[in-house]
Amino acid sequence: MTGMKILACISVVPDTTTKITFTENNTQFNTAGVQYILNPYDELAVTRGLEIAEANGGSLTIVHVGRADAEPVIRKALSMGANEAIRIDADPVDAQQVAEEIAKIANGYDLILTGRESIDYNGGAVCGLLGAMLGIPSINVVTRIDYAAGKFTFDRDIDGGRETVTCAGPCVASAQKELCEPRIPNMRGIMAARTKPLQVLAAQSAGGYSQYASFELPAPKSGVKLIDPSEAGKLIDILRNEAKVI
Amino acid sequence: MSVLVFAEISDGKFKKAAYEAVSYGRQVADLLGSKVTAVAIGQGADAAELGQYGAHTVKTLSVGEAFTADAYAAAVNGVANEVSATTVIISNTYTGKSLAPRLAQLMGASLASNVVSLPNTSQGFVVKRGVFSGKAFAFVDLNRTHKVLAITPNSFEIKTYGETASVENSAVTVASSGLTIDAVNKVTGKIPLTEAEVVISGGRGLKGPENWHLIEDLATALGAATACSKPVSDMDWRPHSEHVGQTGITIKPNLYVAVGISGAIQHLAGVSSSKVIVAINKDPEAPFFKAADYGIVGDAFEVLPQLIAAAKN
Repeated sequence: MTGMKILACISVVPDTTTKITFTENNTQFNTAGVQYILNPYDELAVTRGLEIAEANGGSLTIVHVGRADAEPVIRKALSMGANEAIRIDADPVDAQQVAEEIAKIANGYDLILTGRESIDYNGGAVCGLLGAMLGIPSINVVTRIDYAAGKFTFDRDIDGGRETVTCAGPCVASAQKELCEPRIPNMRGIMAARTKPLQVLAAQSAGGYSQYASFELPAPKSGVKLIDPSEAGKLIDILRNEAKVI
Repeated sequence: MSVLVFAEISDGKFKKAAYEAVSYGRQVADLLGSKVTAVAIGQGADAAELGQYGAHTVKTLSVGEAFTADAYAAAVNGVANEVSATTVIISNTYTGKSLAPRLAQLMGASLASNVVSLPNTSQGFVVKRGVFSGKAFAFVDLNRTHKVLAITPNSFEIKTYGETASVENSAVTVASSGLTIDAVNKVTGKIPLTEAEVVISGGRGLKGPENWHLIEDLATALGAATACSKPVSDMDWRPHSEHVGQTGITIKPNLYVAVGISGAIQHLAGVSSSKVIVAINKDPEAPFFKAADYGIVGDAFEVLPQLIAAAKN
């Protein structure tokens, strides 16, 4: 397909090493000292999208729904090789608001990619929501995307296994680990990204379908009970009769 | 106003997750003063049995196609309209995760996934859900009339009601999705990780894939699923689908046994909701011991054979 158009939707999330804390009486995520990164699954979506676009003489557009402070991460996606980026200026409260904003610019793409989920709110919903909003198939948690003879082929994780599906497109798919190795931007890419187009559009959706009221951290463990390694078998007895979990 | 539960069938049987969802749905219905309808797509399962777990009515549908998210969402939405459902309960399995957002969009519903609590309806409709890949929980108010809740497997007790549900069978036709399913490969006889009650997990301390029989033998003896840490899947000792942690799968088994895993923050995120955690590591300073209920400071190659022998007993 010449002129294949691919859209990769990205989110910007706290680095995986972040210790999560909250402020304002547990109603706000504490952003102090937090490093932000391109969501790891979205990095796979961008990488595989680029590989397919490059192999088929196509182009890849990045879209992000968020505030201006996400722009360094958007530039990173551009430095991986994306042609252009769109930032929709909003502070979205949920996946539905994100998907509504993306759906407004998503017509005309042959393939739309998202990550399996963002590692902050873990909704995993944008792929399916976009599919339903645009009236196109959505294929969740894909570990392979190939394009040949006018069709996309996907492997996707299913409960207890894997299935292979094909689709002529347009369609939307969410990236799972194993899809590819994330591309590391090279110096040329980083230089080129500085001048690539990054268009900022005003938000259009009316707001979200839900509201985060407060947060809570998991209860800390009360302390580990150690078992002597020479009597390790006793652990099984404890798990059976004391913890009653086996 | 009623509650609709999507009861998942796999290999001609209801999944345990389906019973959890039905029982959860009944508790939501009791809270709202309404009735529960369960909808099952597929053949072979004993639909009336869902009454035992709280369903008043079960509708079984035969859809002319295998699972695609849009076909199932259209079919379930049809039933939701028919029974005037305002709340739909789905288990957050791979199937559920594909279905829930599409259904929410068709219904114009608020959506919450990873749900780990019953709704609190004293002010709005607030559910607790897992966020930050297991590092925290959030309380979310769902502000639309219609709601779709995808509940975390193995998070809710299955309550029994000793009732029999009335069963209605029907065939539905859904528009073709534009997707063709070419192949389905299911690993038979293996417990899906997200639904497992017991998980035995190995890390770099196992020293190589050739030693994984120790993890597998213990898992077999305990009827458990196997998992691994990120470095292990990155080195291809084990498939990526077994990687639990922040960028892998988040799990919530009754028992999680970590062998030779140090317990980095990213790994703990994915497993910290497990009811009981056992850490086995030769390094007494391993962070995992701070997150564990039981620990053995010792060499995996000496400890595991003892555990396997005791578990077979």
